[in-house]
Amino acid sequence: MTGEKGPGSAKMIATMGGVGLMAAILIVVTYQITFPIIQQNKTRFLEKSIFKVVPQAETKKAFTLENGQLVPLEDEDANVFKIYACYTDNHQLAGVAIPASGQGFQDVIRILYGYVPEKNAVVGMQVLESTETPGLGDKIEKDEDFLVNFKGLDVRLAKNQDRLLHPIKLVKAGQKTEPWQISAITGATISSRAIAKMIRESAEKNLPLIKDNLSNLQWEE
Amino acid sequence: MPEPPTMKPPENMDAFLKGLWRENPVFVQLLGMCPVLAVTNSVINSLVMGLATTFVLLMSNTLVSLLRHLIPKQVRIATYILIIATFVTVADYAIQAISLEVHKALGAFISLIVVNCMILGRAEAFASKNSLGKSVLDALGMGGGFTFAVLCLGVVREVLGNGTFAGISLFGPNFEPWIIMILPGGAFFVLSGWLLLFNWMRERMKGNEQHIRVKQVLEGEEVTE
Repeated sequence: MTGEKGPGSAKMIATMGGVGLMAAILIVVTYQITFPIIQQNKTRFLEKSIFKVVPQAETKKAFTLENGQLVPLEDEDANVFKIYACYTDNHQLAGVAIPASGQGFQDVIRILYGYVPEKNAVVGMQVLESTETPGLGDKIEKDEDFLVNFKGLDVRLAKNQDRLLHPIKLVKAGQKTEPWQISAITGATISSRAIAKMIRESAEKNLPLIKDNLSNLQWEE
Repeated sequence: MPEPPTMKPPENMDAFLKGLWRENPVFVQLLGMCPVLAVTNSVINSLVMGLATTFVLLMSNTLVSLLRHLIPKQVRIATYILIIATFVTVADYAIQAISLEVHKALGAFISLIVVNCMILGRAEAFASKNSLGKSVLDALGMGGGFTFAVLCLGVVREVLGNGTFAGISLFGPNFEPWIIMILPGGAFFVLSGWLLLFNWMRERMKGNEQHIRVKQVLEGEEVTE
């Protein structure tokens, strides 16, 4: 192969190399320009979601898990387990926003839900990322009848504080009778079930932890 | 088949206009079907897809036309793909910076502009043989034609499938959306509907001239028999 084409090969390599170099420069420049804007967009979207799932929240602080204790997280962009404690304007703990994720109908769904320890209830849910079928599965994001399930979902803990007293259960649309049930979206059972499962599993794991660490989560200057 | 003699606009204008109608990449050449079917479930998605594709087409046509004497024939396809992929990446970052939500809705299809055969097709068939000005006009025409076509699909699918136009509710809360329209199947129905309409119109516009000619030939044959 090498050298057989004489000057031809050199020209080909030079062309490919030249175009490649130009491509690299162009991509790096675009990346440099857009990176801060994209980061800002992402942060703003997350913040908006946090304040949406915990009503009355004015400020937030990220916490992470260290040796079984919830401790404040210095670098909020760090890629670790995170929950967000939310405070009212007079620095009372308004609730905790907890991210959860699980397999949906098409791909992984990522959500954020708000938990108020005093009420022992989930008070809001927001889908952060999903690729559910448009028109069916994506109703988990905006269907009013579905979202109302998360306005006061009962997540009381059992006596010894290590599991949910009534595990969250998915029921058919319109058949919700108990505050720990979620009524599914007709035609999007799999997506609804995914959300219910995500919150149940995340709650089983995180709520006892939050209850144990409530004092850590209080406002500190 | 030779084109019937019509009033031809000046050549440069023709490079622009042919993409919009006579050689429309979607409705005539049936190129780039993947994004056409996949992301046209709403007007906004269609518009962004159309504009992103036009941008990539414009930039790649410009560069390919400028470098057409420098690129050796043997490596031209690889070079074109490299150029196209670069601008797709640029478009991808730009869309992320403009709106995260639209970027999420379009998902992988932005990256897949790289393999939209319309773009490589124009680089190979047009930009590599024509001057910069003509290549730019060609890209604008083809990009415009593509955007027009995806919008045609997007408008019908969103209005029928969701009862909205670009997110604005049209029919009030009692409208029962035709969900099939925003599912993949609906894309095929709407595309075939448009193809039917445009081909019918084209037939009419080409004039009965051709029909008459065919008729004459057939009648002539009948006479000889």
